[in-house]
Amino acid sequence: MTSSPARAFGMRTILILVFAFLYIPIAVLVALSFNKGGLPTAWSGFSLKWYASLAGNSAILSAALNTLIVALVSTAIATLLGTLLAIGVEMRRQYGKGLEALIFAPMIIPDIVLAIALLSFFSMLNLTMGLHTIILAHVVFNLAFVCSVVRARLKSFDWSIVEASADLGASAITTFRRVTLPVILPAVVAGALLAFTLSVDEFIIAFFTAGAGRASTTLPMQIYAMIRFGITPEINALATIVMAVSITALTLSQRLNPGITGQ
Amino acid sequence: MTATTFLRHRSLKMPSIALGLALALSVPAAAADLVISNWDGYMAPDAMAAFKTATGVSGEVVVHATNEEIMGKLIAAGGKGYDVVFVSSPFAEVLNKLGLTEPIDHTKVPNLANLYPEATKLPHDVGNNFSVPYTWGTTGLCYRSDLVKVAPTSWSDLLAPSDDLKGKTTMLATDRWLLAAGQLDKGFSVNETDPAKMAEVKDLLISAKKTLLAYDDTTFYSKLVSGEALMVQAWDGWCNYGIAEKPEIKYVIPKEGSDLWVDTMVVMKASANKDAAFQFINFMLDAKNHAWAAQNIDYKVPNKPAMESLPADFLAKFPNMAMPVADLVKFEQLRDVGDAQRDYSKIVSEIKAAQ
Amino acid sequence: MAPALVWLTALMVVPCALVLALAFFRRGIYGGIEYTFTLENFGLVFDPLYAGIFLNSARIAGTAALIAVVIGYAAAYAIAAAPRRLQPVFLFFAVLPFWSNYLIRTYAWIVLLNREGLITQLLRWFGYTGEQPSMLYTEGAVIAGLVYNYLPFVILACYAPLSRLNPELAEASRDLGASALTTFRRVILPLTVPGIAAGAVFVFVLSIGNFVTPALLGGGRFQMIGNLVYDQFLTANDWPFGAALAMALIAIMLLVLMAQALAADRASGRAAEAKGDADG
Repeated sequence: MTSSPARAFGMRTILILVFAFLYIPIAVLVALSFNKGGLPTAWSGFSLKWYASLAGNSAILSAALNTLIVALVSTAIATLLGTLLAIGVEMRRQYGKGLEALIFAPMIIPDIVLAIALLSFFSMLNLTMGLHTIILAHVVFNLAFVCSVVRARLKSFDWSIVEASADLGASAITTFRRVTLPVILPAVVAGALLAFTLSVDEFIIAFFTAGAGRASTTLPMQIYAMIRFGITPEINALATIVMAVSITALTLSQRLNPGITGQ
Repeated sequence: MTATTFLRHRSLKMPSIALGLALALSVPAAAADLVISNWDGYMAPDAMAAFKTATGVSGEVVVHATNEEIMGKLIAAGGKGYDVVFVSSPFAEVLNKLGLTEPIDHTKVPNLANLYPEATKLPHDVGNNFSVPYTWGTTGLCYRSDLVKVAPTSWSDLLAPSDDLKGKTTMLATDRWLLAAGQLDKGFSVNETDPAKMAEVKDLLISAKKTLLAYDDTTFYSKLVSGEALMVQAWDGWCNYGIAEKPEIKYVIPKEGSDLWVDTMVVMKASANKDAAFQFINFMLDAKNHAWAAQNIDYKVPNKPAMESLPADFLAKFPNMAMPVADLVKFEQLRDVGDAQRDYSKIVSEIKAAQ
Repeated sequence: MAPALVWLTALMVVPCALVLALAFFRRGIYGGIEYTFTLENFGLVFDPLYAGIFLNSARIAGTAALIAVVIGYAAAYAIAAAPRRLQPVFLFFAVLPFWSNYLIRTYAWIVLLNREGLITQLLRWFGYTGEQPSMLYTEGAVIAGLVYNYLPFVILACYAPLSRLNPELAEASRDLGASALTTFRRVILPLTVPGIAAGAVFVFVLSIGNFVTPALLGGGRFQMIGNLVYDQFLTANDWPFGAALAMALIAIMLLVLMAQALAADRASGRAAEAKGDADG
């Protein structure tokens, strides 16, 4: 686009304002996590004591461990199922409306609706809820996201090379391993990282499908409980760590598969 | 074999593998013998360790933010997953009516003898058949004596505050106590269900909303300490948390009165470890332990020897702890109102949705 | 693909169907469900109280969507106008906050807005000692939280069509004597309507079903449908009514999505016309 100085100035101002809006709240939170004083909002000197107190908080550590279990297991299952689903759909070029809706639905259905649906379902089955029910629930939306990332990659995939490979006598396994997989691998890994990030951060569905007690309290549930009981510098420290983890995962995902954030 | 058939072939096995994986990884790690649900910070932090030392039974404490939250979970799961639950008396009544509670076996809880006689014949459960009172007290006004111009004496001081307090008051978010403020101000019973009277209460509380900072039943005392709020509707013990941090905070029971709230311990019928559950309740009722709890959470306990053992400086710091039992039990207890709870819920929805 | 479809059916389709079924039953006195068929739960959705909450939620969600689209479109426009090599970087950083925890991003606003919070302290720093009304627990706080949380997606949605825009189109329009404003209104805007619509719908749909933001930033003073559904399931224990509310929420969402698809279709038709005109 052509640009005059005035226009360039305007554009720069917009960018500065928007990025300020997006990053100031986070920056304040991160800065206050290093605050010495007990008030979560007033600066009184640098300290790492809130991080130290986190390390000694067994409820938070166990919640972190639970979150890791949920995220790893649900990501593993979702990556496998989501990738197979993507290959199945794209290879057969079956774009039935119902099928599309089924795959798309988990991404748009309001969390609260899926959450209460699963709560009703599990309690009607008389299933004792716990980490396993959170995992079952998280796979639902994770597999949809993995599938859409992998499908995007497969759209440009030339299926004739699969046939060529078969014609040349390669077994199905060899074809998948040597031909299909290398092409989609970056998308699979990116999808997995995306799923992992979503699962680590997911609160509402976990809140409704968790069982009693610490055994199935995830980190976001713990954070919600802490926020409801008031703002403390400990939450700031925890928030900083959680953000650092998700941002690292997303940055990796982005490097592997540019396009996941829309580019 | 083409890639398609390979995939199709392989995919048949996937659901069972995936499900197996999910279930294998989620079997709870060797859990504690007892799961106890309580409000956060509502028992001494070392209570479970002391219980384990005394009895060899390990217990895990999980926290709920409100009565409603734990009730929702208990009803959804048929009471499964918990052994002992701390809930306020009207909710204990509901659990009992739903058949989710185990009758209290008095032979296994000899320390029931420590309760004040008044605490064994509370209207919601005369004879402690399904619930054991853990704490009791009043609901009133908690305020910054250094920042309010005139000390409050009436519920109207909260519901129609003076100009300097506008936007600096909070009310409890929980149905029953929110409504109680209006019911008491109007001179009605805290269990009033008459539609015309409740309509008056609703209008009063909607007009009070305009001067309110927030509905809050978890952080109101910290808002008072920080100065975000100057006067809040509070349970006496929770006001004590504020007093502990800022002595300028004071508590008053408005002249129209208060409810008598009782937080109880109930044993779930679905518990697999009822003997240990009774052991736990007995442990909590031990005079020394109950006194230790009172000093940790700053709430009155219905335990005679425990209350009599409280140090004088503690009682001086928190004047409402010294309230005579005879005065306390004069107030009306919140009771389960049965089907009318639906009307209560709707009124509260209307209040909260009002602009 | 079979296992994935089985999974989705068992853990999404069946539970949602169950919720739909629940909505036709009656609530027991103390929660639980009485298995007698009734339509009263759906009737109750249209009760003035609950219909009012629906309308109010729609108003709050609509305001959030509008603000998010205005800011997001401006940001996307500015990013698309930046040098090509910088665009991916800007975009990446615009979207980054979206992937950090929702609760934490909301919590950050409590820290900023509370009466003793950072903004108040800044005001004091600048010598302002007057009365400070609470910014937290207001409708404005709820809307700010929603806009903040969903803005990155709007930027993304608006950037996609803006970046694909052929610069020659705008030039052609100007060459034909159109002012910058007319060019924007008649050429650029129609071509980017699908992005705007997608962003707006996204914010609206997520906001109207949200319960975390009103709960944390609204101080319990604002009821949205999300809170209402939450309350029916976790506090009032009226699952059938909660289920009916959830179904109404889904119905609204589908309507909005259909409207969006329709708008996008029309816009692409108009855009093709505009392109034809410009090419001619």
